[in-house]
Amino acid sequence: MSESSELSDFRESASAWLSENFPASLAGKSVGMEGESVAALGDDLTAWRQRLAEQGWGAPTWPREYGGAGLSHPQVKVLNQEMEKVGAFNPIPMMAGMGVTMVGPTVLEYGTEDQKLKHLPGIASGEIRWCLGLSEPNAGSDLASLSTKAEDNGDQFVLNGQKVWTSGADISQWCGALVRTDSKAKKRDGISFVMLPMDQSGVETRPIKLIAGASPFCETYFNNAIAEKSDLLGKLNDGWSVVKRLLQHERQSQTGARGPSGAKPVPLQEMAKKYVGTNADGTLADVDLRVRLASHLMDSKAHGLTIGRITAEARGNVEVSAAASILKNSATHVAQTKSELTMEIMGAQGLGWEGAEFSSEELGSVREWLFGKAMSIYGGSFEVQNNIISKNILGLPETTQKG
Amino acid sequence: MAALTEEQSMLKDQASAWVVEQSPVASFREMRDSGVETAFIPTTWQSMVDMGWTGILVPEQYGGSDLGYLTFGVVLEQLGRQLAASPLYASALVGASAVLIAGSDEQKQSLLPKIVDGTEILTLAVDEGAHHAPADLALRAEASADGFVLNGTKTLVVEGLSATTLVVAARTANGITLFVVPADAPGITRQRLTMLDSRGYANVAFADVAIPASAVLGTVDQGAEPLDAILDRARAGLAAEMLGTAAQAFDLTLDYLKTREQFGRVIGSFQALGHRAAGLFTSMELTRSCMEAALQAIDAKAENVPEMCALSKCKVGDFLHEMSNQLIQIHGGIGMTDEFDAGFYLKRARVAEHLFGNQAFHRERYATLLGF
Repeated sequence: MSESSELSDFRESASAWLSENFPASLAGKSVGMEGESVAALGDDLTAWRQRLAEQGWGAPTWPREYGGAGLSHPQVKVLNQEMEKVGAFNPIPMMAGMGVTMVGPTVLEYGTEDQKLKHLPGIASGEIRWCLGLSEPNAGSDLASLSTKAEDNGDQFVLNGQKVWTSGADISQWCGALVRTDSKAKKRDGISFVMLPMDQSGVETRPIKLIAGASPFCETYFNNAIAEKSDLLGKLNDGWSVVKRLLQHERQSQTGARGPSGAKPVPLQEMAKKYVGTNADGTLADVDLRVRLASHLMDSKAHGLTIGRITAEARGNVEVSAAASILKNSATHVAQTKSELTMEIMGAQGLGWEGAEFSSEELGSVREWLFGKAMSIYGGSFEVQNNIISKNILGLPETTQKG
Repeated sequence: MAALTEEQSMLKDQASAWVVEQSPVASFREMRDSGVETAFIPTTWQSMVDMGWTGILVPEQYGGSDLGYLTFGVVLEQLGRQLAASPLYASALVGASAVLIAGSDEQKQSLLPKIVDGTEILTLAVDEGAHHAPADLALRAEASADGFVLNGTKTLVVEGLSATTLVVAARTANGITLFVVPADAPGITRQRLTMLDSRGYANVAFADVAIPASAVLGTVDQGAEPLDAILDRARAGLAAEMLGTAAQAFDLTLDYLKTREQFGRVIGSFQALGHRAAGLFTSMELTRSCMEAALQAIDAKAENVPEMCALSKCKVGDFLHEMSNQLIQIHGGIGMTDEFDAGFYLKRARVAEHLFGNQAFHRERYATLLGF
């Protein structure tokens, strides 16, 4: 298919801008959720973030007045392709925590003009990191049973309660929290979504150590924490609609559709040849592994093709697609299977916990395998996604308890 | 569905409306019960010809519409939904592909217009044993003074009884050679096969079948490569029909989940069944992407056509296998009765899975193509 002249002009200017502005020292690098690699990449990363932010390319589809560049989806695709070519990456979605992928799109939809102007530019520039206070110790898959309270205190709400799995809470500046504002209403009807700064005496965070070791997850305690009423997102007691939308954005961000990431992983089949060996005809020595690897690569290809197909069918109008639950489950299946296969391929070398006897790839793959178990739990578990598919897409009756 | 062109959308609607009205599963049942030897209803086939479906792949200069493989897939999917039986796939997709890929101008001129107007029915004769193994074929073509002499047997030839021309893959002195052979040539014996899916198949025996040198399709000894290309197209096309069959099985099952009541509630309200339906739907969406991408790759003359076709046939085969089993399981006792249509879908599923390579064949092929 030939590109429209408008799009190829954009491609040309994006390419020219990248060659002028992307620091060569960052080619092939990326930043993770933890924020440590941000420090490791130093001043070049800071400069790159600032230049991207000036272009509005941290959150390129957002309107210009809120820090975006107002790009169309086809333009973003072109931009990603050009970035991929030079090994460039967009660190802002990672640096903004839950800001670019979830909070921002929801503020765009539900926020007042003042809220948009106050919150969005800091997210789009990657300067303000956001976390989300949703789950609680007794409100996981059944999120609506949450009990963190927000009491009316004039211009402010006073929050008390505990949140859990608040990714990046210890390094975030702002938090979007789901709180109970009416304890007498039915459980989904008494909830509101508030935004509050993390740097205050009523907020305390404790990192959670996981089976994979250190993690970005925290417990977050609200002890008379303050949220301004002007930072209530959506209507009072209508937080459930806000969070449903927010969670759709979350699923969308977990579909395995990736932007450009400079790093190129070694194909699993090449890794398998190295660790397992080949027969004289070049086929993998382990016949059983070979078949399962072929199946996995087919699943992975099918997943990628499905992302492409759904984008093509939407003809550029893609917002939040009903297929997000399908893609989230499929992405999880592909990623978890890949981790299991990687470990199996590495054999004993894939079972090390630490030490010089193991390469960094080998140690990394163990941690990734363990951390990957969370994929089918967070963002609505595998089972919750299946509830959504069966009810919302297939039109089958509600199978869970009504609240 | 892929982002279809206006033309493709129109054909989809046309095929969908036509098959429900003119060739529903009830017609297939009548055909099966009648035991008609060709295993299709001539008037149904004639309607397909009249609608121009036989010319979808054929260039306009030979009387076709040259709309490509994705377009053909759109039609085949709708036909697969109602298990419509006809030589359309064997002749206008597989046969036409063989002529388009390997044929000389003369062969195109003599065969393609007749594929389009239905006066010729082509089919590919490749398999010889219980499993699809095109690399191991043994039927011999010995060079003679003015051509070749064929000896051997082909099995499970699709529409082998109604075909007028066979595209035969044979072993010659230094490789594989493809031939176009009139199905009534002296020395050919065709034996009808009554298969599980009640469609038309035959074993074809060749005993000293003498054919002229002009019957060679392509180049002597150089047939392996075009045969591979023809088989890829056969697989991708069949996968489209199979996904239609599986999609209908899914729709029937979903409808049953919403209407069948037990324990005082519709059975779709049980989470075990809701989640099973969600899993099947997820598989169906992933599978559809593979099926369409393979056809699009062929149309785009992409480099990865072989692996995309292996992917498509394998994934569609896996899904149809599971879906046809669940069709019976979720319908329970009624699904076991011949009076209900579920059995037709299950039976068709297994035969179609086998044709042109089952899932195991294509997983192996995919691994080989990816170099491990």
